[in-house]
Amino acid sequence: MPDATGLELLAQEIGEPALGTLHFRGKGTLIVDPGSIRGVLQTLKGKGFEFLSSVHGVDYYPEEPRLGVHYELIDMDKVDRICVKLRVGTDAPNVPSVTPDWPGANHQEREVFDMFGVVFDGHPNMRRILMPEDYEGHPQRRDFPIGGEPVLFTADEAKGDAYTMDV
Amino acid sequence: MEIERRPAGQAPTDFRIRQLRAKDLLAGNLEGDDLQRHVEESIITTTLDKAVAWARGNAMFPATFGLACCAIEMMSIVAARVDVARFGFEAFRASPRQADLLILSGRVSIKMAPIVRRIWDQMLEPKWSIAMGACSSSMGVFNNYAIVPADKFMPVAVHVPGCPPRPEALMHGILKLRQQIVTGPDAGWRERYEAIGTEEIVMLPQTTGDARA
Amino acid sequence: MSTTDYDHRQVEESITMAPLGRQVSENVHDELLTLNFGPHHPATHGVLRILVTLEGEVVRDLEPIIGYVHTGIEKTAEDKSYWKAIPVMERMDYLAYYFNAMAFCGAVETLAEVEVPKRAQYLRVIHMELNRIMSHLVWLGTSCLDLGAISMFWYGFRERERILDLFEQSSGQRMHTRYIQVGGVIEDIPLGFEEKLRQFIAVMPERVDQYEALLDRNEIVLQRLRHTCAVDAQTLLDLGVTGPLLRAAGVPWDLRKATPYSSYDDFDFKVPVGTIGDNYDRFAVRLKEMRQSVRIIEQAIDGLPEGPWITDDRKVALPPRHELATSMEALIHHFKLVTEGFRVPPGEVYYPIEGPRGEYGVFLRSDGSSKPARVHMRDPSFVNLQATKAMVQDSYIADLIATLAMMDPVLGGIDR
Repeated sequence: MPDATGLELLAQEIGEPALGTLHFRGKGTLIVDPGSIRGVLQTLKGKGFEFLSSVHGVDYYPEEPRLGVHYELIDMDKVDRICVKLRVGTDAPNVPSVTPDWPGANHQEREVFDMFGVVFDGHPNMRRILMPEDYEGHPQRRDFPIGGEPVLFTADEAKGDAYTMDV
Repeated sequence: MEIERRPAGQAPTDFRIRQLRAKDLLAGNLEGDDLQRHVEESIITTTLDKAVAWARGNAMFPATFGLACCAIEMMSIVAARVDVARFGFEAFRASPRQADLLILSGRVSIKMAPIVRRIWDQMLEPKWSIAMGACSSSMGVFNNYAIVPADKFMPVAVHVPGCPPRPEALMHGILKLRQQIVTGPDAGWRERYEAIGTEEIVMLPQTTGDARA
Repeated sequence: MSTTDYDHRQVEESITMAPLGRQVSENVHDELLTLNFGPHHPATHGVLRILVTLEGEVVRDLEPIIGYVHTGIEKTAEDKSYWKAIPVMERMDYLAYYFNAMAFCGAVETLAEVEVPKRAQYLRVIHMELNRIMSHLVWLGTSCLDLGAISMFWYGFRERERILDLFEQSSGQRMHTRYIQVGGVIEDIPLGFEEKLRQFIAVMPERVDQYEALLDRNEIVLQRLRHTCAVDAQTLLDLGVTGPLLRAAGVPWDLRKATPYSSYDDFDFKVPVGTIGDNYDRFAVRLKEMRQSVRIIEQAIDGLPEGPWITDDRKVALPPRHELATSMEALIHHFKLVTEGFRVPPGEVYYPIEGPRGEYGVFLRSDGSSKPARVHMRDPSFVNLQATKAMVQDSYIADLIATLAMMDPVLGGIDR
């Protein structure tokens, strides 16, 4: 993990897109501006972080901007990890896709789109991946109801509702 | 040497005696009461329904329908410790047309439910289904937007609880189903579940406009 | 080899005799056939659907479609307290349940700064390596089933039953055992576990010898796996592939060695690495990993230190039952933990571990309450699946089956 000073130097090198840094529990994080994510990842690739291990989304509801996308990078030679985070709001949830540079982000960006609604511009196949194609809504957002069936208790069974469909 | 006294009419347990009687039968030497008694003791008579039900119950072909974790325990029953081959069910058929038992092992997601239903429809009568595990019976550990309990879209004969059920538990469920089949000659699942009125009417895209149930 | 310049749906819907969009061969009477594999298919290792575009028997394009066992586990875990979320997280990759639990508990421990006692770390290692062997045995059995070597299924599951007996002895359950908890393990190993474990590790190397004797020089296995679907390391690295697939291509990246966690640096073991990255290398790497796991288990049980099996921090771990009768504090802690659960300070962590299929990483975000605000599992099979197309491009469809088998995808992890 780049230590705190290394992280600050890295942020300085990246320059304007870096909105902040965070060093938490021994790991460094760069918070960047969404529009410049491709450039930032290319810079980090030049610094040795050549392996993109994970792209995942977070919903920071009720804080704004609400939707976050995190990129986990590994430097296999120096055995280092760094995380790059960006945040977008639901009104303009567009982030440039990094799939052209990092093919491993393909399915992962589709999953972030499916679950959170972040649209990745430039992605070759921006469709839902886990939910059915015609599903409406983005399930892992915090204000999406968890759904499910109400539990049928014995007392309710006596009322004659054989299934909980009427509830 | 002890003399065993036995009430008359019981099958002699001595193998030699039965063997001699059978020899006599084949030679055509048994007559009258002897013949009657021998036939009753050695040949099972039954109705055709019961015979067919017995045969069906002892030779079910499960469909390979492993969805999630329960599938691994379903594979365990095929393995050597809890050997399902001793009951005759080791021939898992991949094609639903050749299978008659659908063991729904694992969680059924909303994307998969229409496909499960289609596989079920493709199976030929008589067919049975076992909902293995908590997830297929009743959503299990996960009560959320993505799962459907099997009872909502297909009839299930036996629910086996567990997460995942031990192979012995699944075996118990299968044997319970076999008991149901053997004792109750099958009449088709619509009658069994009183599911009258659930037939799908398909209008053929032709000028005659036939309705076919 | 550009296969992305035409729309899949167009290809699917227009199976005609006319060549479509691009010329794949000089013979104008060749047609491209798009075939749908699955989701209900005996060879797809779960409910995986693949759209294959074939020219004769050669695969020209491939698109995996997933989501048929999507269970919304990550969202369910947000609704439960940390302790109660462990069984839910375990059910993701259903062949590596200890690893799922370890990644999640590791993330919580990192965030809450809970220290895990040494004995608990060793016990975790023992159970995780047993789980690794068990996962590889299921892989071996089902892969050989796909290749046609059906008897391997029974041999693999015979060993698996012995491992599940050990799991049952230590935790009461065969699968999804809830053994790994935040701060340690749920209970110490019972009497008789060590003896049975030693019997197992005495027998296991011999069994792996038997598997190798049956398969390694088998001409059919060699013909099907040797030099089929090889991919170079750089492509795999670009695709984010980790685990035995990456090691088969020659990249010696194993998180147990690179960033040791849970006392893995106390043990002396090797990491098998392949040379060309074809199907045979993937197969051999996993077989040899089984041997190395036995070595780790042996060292762990030999060096098992005395001590508590879960952290002493009563704010996180349940107090032992006998304390409840005498200590008021223990009773209050027990009550708080069981009803509300413990609170974790706000923050975000990503905790990666090395599982049987690659890097399992749990991203955990806490907002200070007793329920996680976001749990995400970076599942290796999900990312590895993207490499399928690179692997089977321009190979036969039989090689597709063999490659899927060698890739060891577990749909529970892919779809979560």
